[in-house]
Amino acid sequence: MEISELIEKLALIVALFGVTLGIAAYATYFERKVAAWFQDRIGPDRAGPFGILQPLADGGKLFFKEDFIPAAAEKWLFIMGPGIAMFTALMTGSVIPWSTDLVLFGQTVALQVADINIGILFIMGFLSIGVYGIMIGGWASNNKFSLYGAIRASSQMISYELAMGICVITIVMMSGSLSLRDIVNAQHGMNWNVFYQPLAFVIFFICSLAETNRAPFDLAECESELIGGYHTEYGSMKMGFYLFAEYVSLFTSSAVISVLFFGGFNFPGMDNFDGNTLAILGIVAMFTKTFFFIFVFFWIRWTIPRFRFDQLMHLGWKSLIPISIINMLITGLVIAFNEGWFK
Amino acid sequence: MSLETITTILGGLTIGAALMVVISRHPVRSVLYLVLTFFLISSNYILMNAQFLAVVNIIVYAGAIMVLFLFVLMLLNLDKDSEPKTHILVKIASVVAGGILFTVLIAALKDGIALGEAAAASAQNNEGLVQNLGQLLFSKYVLPFEVSSVLFIASMVGAVLLAKREKQVID
Repeated sequence: MEISELIEKLALIVALFGVTLGIAAYATYFERKVAAWFQDRIGPDRAGPFGILQPLADGGKLFFKEDFIPAAAEKWLFIMGPGIAMFTALMTGSVIPWSTDLVLFGQTVALQVADINIGILFIMGFLSIGVYGIMIGGWASNNKFSLYGAIRASSQMISYELAMGICVITIVMMSGSLSLRDIVNAQHGMNWNVFYQPLAFVIFFICSLAETNRAPFDLAECESELIGGYHTEYGSMKMGFYLFAEYVSLFTSSAVISVLFFGGFNFPGMDNFDGNTLAILGIVAMFTKTFFFIFVFFWIRWTIPRFRFDQLMHLGWKSLIPISIINMLITGLVIAFNEGWFK
Repeated sequence: MSLETITTILGGLTIGAALMVVISRHPVRSVLYLVLTFFLISSNYILMNAQFLAVVNIIVYAGAIMVLFLFVLMLLNLDKDSEPKTHILVKIASVVAGGILFTVLIAALKDGIALGEAAAASAQNNEGLVQNLGQLLFSKYVLPFEVSSVLFIASMVGAVLLAKREKQVID
């Protein structure tokens, strides 16, 4: 690997890191503003104009709190829990293609940290190990409410991963590749997967809600039953990491939804542009879609009440999985028919 | 750093993590070390240019099976004190059984070294890549592949049946 390539990738990683963390921080602010809007309140407005310094104030407050480890806790696992949660949430962003190639100083820069040929499986893998952060933290706290939260989170995430995986399989069957860039390129212009696979989109979206532990599936941190859920014993920036990891994975799963179903950086009329203009417009299109889905996540959270745990399991295993399997079978039949297998 | 040094370091780490699974007294820690072992095995797969296998190993073993293990162990809340005292005869028997397994593995590895060298010689083989693996699974190995799916169905039906039977007793 040449040194210029190394610098390019490093710059891309730092930029992606900064953007992800910045968006996650401001997602907390916008979530509170959206909640205030839905509930006819004003929301945070004290720190700076319109309260836009609120995330910084929150972060500062978390840093200056006492970093406390309970006496009965497993010390190292207690520290590892939030770290794993944050790490897995941040890693998924690395395979998402943000736009077409950008030409800078005579060099072609691919706006994707790693174009691996199994990109979507990489994301599914990090989603599936994301549960360890919650489980380890919840167990190491040595508190029964934390343990309940951890167990709820893990059973929920395992259950919803299945339906999610089957929806991903349908998309992979449509585009014939596991690479996210190929999946995006197959949706050129307005040829988005959502028009062919609306059912898979709905199921994938519901599963994303469950995987990110957002309402109405936030039983892992159900305060009316479990005090605080898996992070009951946490304080200071460790707590901040758990809360922040949730917003980071909110951002990345919105990005994944727009890549898989809404064409990623594709937009109608993209053939009229080329070069850097196309790349920049692609970034704008990609982030517009992502922000829209972040808003939908907020919208759902502040509209729909929380599920009961048996309802959650019932929905996951008895509705979403059978529907997604039938959807996959129909997709397979249609593809086989188009390829001329029945002639 | 050459590829061989990386392989050596990764191999050493893998064996170390696998040993910690056996050595650590606490069951939850054992499981976590086992998860670490799966990750290290996956990184070895990546070195062998088998990305698909690496990711599937993480999704299936680290992401699903070990989570269920951890789930059960956390609910059981096992401690050092609750560990049952084993008879000396059982210990001797387990050492003998383990030794025999070790011999079998050594014997298998003896043939494996020659195979491994052949594979390393053609390190540019892209058999682990997903397209080639898919082609192999659905042409040369299609029968074992499909038969193993029947095995999975059978185990699933068995699990459902066990769960059902328990429910009838409660009613």
